[in-house]
Amino acid sequence: MAEKIYRVNMTTLKVSVEDVPKEWAALGGRGLTSTIVAKEVKPDCHPLGKYNKLVFAPGMLTGTACANSGRLSAGGKSPLTGTIKESNAGGTASQCLARLNVKAIIIEGLPQKDIFYSLHLDKNGITIAEETELVGKGNYEVITAVRKRRGDKVAVLSLGPAGEMKIPLANISVRDPEGNMRSHGRGGLGALMGSKKIKYFSIDDAGAPGVAIAEPEKFKEASRVFAKCLLDHPVTGQGLKTYGTDILVNILHEAGGLPTHNFRTGRFDGHDKISGETMHDTIVERGGKPSHGCHAGCIIQCSQVYNDKKGAYLTSGFEYETIWGFGAGCCIDDLDAIAEADHMMDDIGIDTIETAVTVGVAMEAGIIAFGDGKGMLNLIKEIGKGSHLGRLLGAGASVLGKAYGLTRVPVVKGQGIPAYDPRSVKGMGITYATSTMGADHTAGYSTATNILKVGGFVDPLKKEGQVELSRNLQIATALIDSTGLCLFVAFAVLDKPEAFNAIVDMVNAKYGSSITGDDGIGLGKSILKLERGFNIAAGFTSAHDRLPEFFEELCPPHNAVWDFTEKEIDSFWDF
Amino acid sequence: MRGRPTPPFFIGQAMNITVKLFASFRTGRFGEKNFDYPEACRVSRVLHELDIAASEVGVLLVNGRHVTVDSNLSPGDTLAIFPLIGGG
Repeated sequence: MAEKIYRVNMTTLKVSVEDVPKEWAALGGRGLTSTIVAKEVKPDCHPLGKYNKLVFAPGMLTGTACANSGRLSAGGKSPLTGTIKESNAGGTASQCLARLNVKAIIIEGLPQKDIFYSLHLDKNGITIAEETELVGKGNYEVITAVRKRRGDKVAVLSLGPAGEMKIPLANISVRDPEGNMRSHGRGGLGALMGSKKIKYFSIDDAGAPGVAIAEPEKFKEASRVFAKCLLDHPVTGQGLKTYGTDILVNILHEAGGLPTHNFRTGRFDGHDKISGETMHDTIVERGGKPSHGCHAGCIIQCSQVYNDKKGAYLTSGFEYETIWGFGAGCCIDDLDAIAEADHMMDDIGIDTIETAVTVGVAMEAGIIAFGDGKGMLNLIKEIGKGSHLGRLLGAGASVLGKAYGLTRVPVVKGQGIPAYDPRSVKGMGITYATSTMGADHTAGYSTATNILKVGGFVDPLKKEGQVELSRNLQIATALIDSTGLCLFVAFAVLDKPEAFNAIVDMVNAKYGSSITGDDGIGLGKSILKLERGFNIAAGFTSAHDRLPEFFEELCPPHNAVWDFTEKEIDSFWDF
Repeated sequence: MRGRPTPPFFIGQAMNITVKLFASFRTGRFGEKNFDYPEACRVSRVLHELDIAASEVGVLLVNGRHVTVDSNLSPGDTLAIFPLIGGG
């Protein structure tokens, strides 16, 4: 069966099914969502208005036997930044879409009535229904209810109250294999889905045709090589499974790049209490799961299930960025308080990174004190309630900072800066400044080479080599984001050329094509240029590829400063 | 504790080094400890005495800066030793 494009028009409430245009045939994931957004969305449109579109696309390898290939891309114009946006997440949805031969789903138009809807996709197509019962409910309750309605194995994409309220912090949640959730976190795509008035989107792949592979034997062999590369590399084969992403706390602290007290210093006194080592021991002690994969076929198992003191489920998908943000950023050295916050944010449906940076700015503003864990939980509750304070917080760090007349507001293009200080991890600073989606750590994860010595070493405290490093990583990431592969495969790919070759081989075996590695790099470059073109048409210039002024301050312990010239930063685009 | 017994098997001045271990390197060893080493000893000697193979090492930081196994240590240095780790 051929792949199809599904168009859901929320104004007419009609669904149409189209053949895949030739120029989209070889695309998937981010390559496809960005291509569709750049073609069909007016760059200067209002992100919550009738001209924005929400696009979902599985990756080029999703739904196959390739390990770690189950990511889903969601794209549109970001309600948070106003730039083009692609966000990818694990969970249950992507593989269902791929098996149902869905190439992409394009949701367009605003509903005429001020009510909510749900979408359901199965082998017969997409249906739209009115939704009342679950309006206002948190994501956990939505997922439980949809499983009752549609079957225990159903995949679900859902909005919490935040998405219904269309606030810029809102994310799109995806049900994971256990019924907990993963997140299309950044860029406010939950607000975009909320503007289309879609409370949830359930997907049932029973009876699905499955993914067609042109050369099955060749595919099998390449996927074997790839899986072996993942298992053999210490990070993807062992490290992440044992300690998870939170292992980064201690190394960033030691290296002096752990942003502390709203980006004042690079080390945090309470680092040990929130570290990956401590988290591992706590999880084991309380009968949680120190290893967990966010989608079927994941062999890296970087995630976890974290229980409370009584041994009951507290949260999962509890990652470094969240723990950094509330821990070091907000000076709260209490892992349980941060875990409770993680649970609440998942339920309300807000991005944990954006919320952490926003709470840091709220502390800067004096709304609560740095280190106040209870106060932090109350602020998150306010966001869920949609009170005036909640709405102000829900608008994000940039807006909050403006409301309180602050300069220490760590954002680029309106998006909060994540867990690596740009002054002492300079490759990340270049990524934050130049990424087409605002301050984004995964867009070009220079930390791998600056701090972790994966894929070589570029001194994090020197300017030399950082622009080239960030550029190469951003190009490679745009490619990986198009395959449906989890970005963590990059740890193996950066150190083992045979892993990259295996990815190329699998793509060729699936499509019966003969692309080369260079073609893949070419695709990565063209995606970045396409995204940048959209942003330029949306009104962005090189003046927006800058870090906030306050990063001229010295950052202890190394007294590092952000000292790239504008010309040096802009040379990123010389390709 | 794994590793060979340390002092005093050297001649000359001793210097005090703080050694920090992380992730799997802590298993059967320690998190943070002070040691006396001969002046200007190399990082490689510390690894050897802790029974950590250079091939197992991911990152070495002295006072927060990246170094290699051949780097010399100075009095009062803090040496942090990490296996190959990742995250995001």
